[in-house]
Amino acid sequence: MAQQQKEKFLVLDLLQLDLRENDALNLSCIGGRPGLIREISVTEINRPGLELGGFYENFAWQRIQILGRGENAFLQKLAREKRREELSKLFTFAIPCCVFTHSLTPTADFTDIAEKAQCPILQTDLSSSEFTMRILRVLSTIFAPKKTLHGVLVEVFGIGVLLLGDSGVGKSESALSLIERGHRLIADDAVEIRRVSGNILMGTGAQVVSHHMEIRGLGIINITHLFGVGAIRDKKRIQLVVQLEFWNEEKSYDRIGAEEATMDILGVHVPCVTVPIKPGRNIPVIIETAARNERLKKMGYYSAREFNRNVMNWLEGESTREIFLNEK
Amino acid sequence: MVQRIVTIRNRAGMHARPAALLVKTASGFASQIYIEKDSERVNGKSIMGVITLGATFNTPLTIIADGPDEVQAVDAIEKLFERRFEEE
Repeated sequence: MAQQQKEKFLVLDLLQLDLRENDALNLSCIGGRPGLIREISVTEINRPGLELGGFYENFAWQRIQILGRGENAFLQKLAREKRREELSKLFTFAIPCCVFTHSLTPTADFTDIAEKAQCPILQTDLSSSEFTMRILRVLSTIFAPKKTLHGVLVEVFGIGVLLLGDSGVGKSESALSLIERGHRLIADDAVEIRRVSGNILMGTGAQVVSHHMEIRGLGIINITHLFGVGAIRDKKRIQLVVQLEFWNEEKSYDRIGAEEATMDILGVHVPCVTVPIKPGRNIPVIIETAARNERLKKMGYYSAREFNRNVMNWLEGESTREIFLNEK
Repeated sequence: MVQRIVTIRNRAGMHARPAALLVKTASGFASQIYIEKDSERVNGKSIMGVITLGATFNTPLTIIADGPDEVQAVDAIEKLFERRFEEE
């Protein structure tokens, strides 16, 4: 899934996607091979039942056309001549591809006409509903808004933490230390971020260099080989941004943490903490603590706010006591 | 060494926000800064210390500064108390 947004997404790319388990589309091409270079440009799909019946108003021909048991049975019931006529009409549109579900095989004249129109025919063993759900999920990920950020993405205590900062500030070294402490690496250096399902930011690494890291003085190392499969992950939702920077004497850093800073990534506001680097500061431990604190916040407990509430209650108590004593 | 007595004018007292403001101001000076309430003395550059004083409305506090910029430090901190830590 390394397509750039501006690059065209072809039917061929759809066939070549590396999807596993409940994402697998199980597609194979059973006809119209030259048409595999056709472009898929929209995320939606269409069931061409009405069109096969001769009704073409509002026909969404740009979409992938899915033919299930119903469409197939209808085509088989049609008289031969009528069928050729309807299909010829259907394929005057530049349909990106037709997909037959339930491992159905189209009639010979369907293949014939589709091949002439250079429209690829694909087949899957999934049911129509299942295929529809999967293809929509896959396409919405492919067409999701995306962005590449320079940073490291790690999973710490189940929280996806994106480490950002200038080169040489120690992002990779901090991540390495986190991996050594049992956390997981998703991507180093270039993190590809996609906004899926509205406001979820999914981060992945570039396919070729994934799970490799560059550590100054060591060069390129393979995390999977060095630390095992437990130390890596393919993708993870980004839930916290940790901005590393060199300690700036002029700048004042958050001392309470009651105000929540956020960072805008593709229009989603992600909680963000700025951690200054200084000799003697153990950054991995600070990142771990930030992740733990983020988990607490998700459970509705805000350390800094609770702390201040206690202080205020205490001050109030002291105040009333003094007033009472002074009156006596 | 410079000493000055100030009073807390904001009703909520010395909670986290004013304490952070005080510590931030104090940290900007090279001098050693202490805050005293009765006989308790804390470091003016430590948030937890300043909160621990439990300074409520109308409590008198002593600011003590010792170092090259002691006068400026005490002036700056006194100003915070006068401005009620930008509260109310």
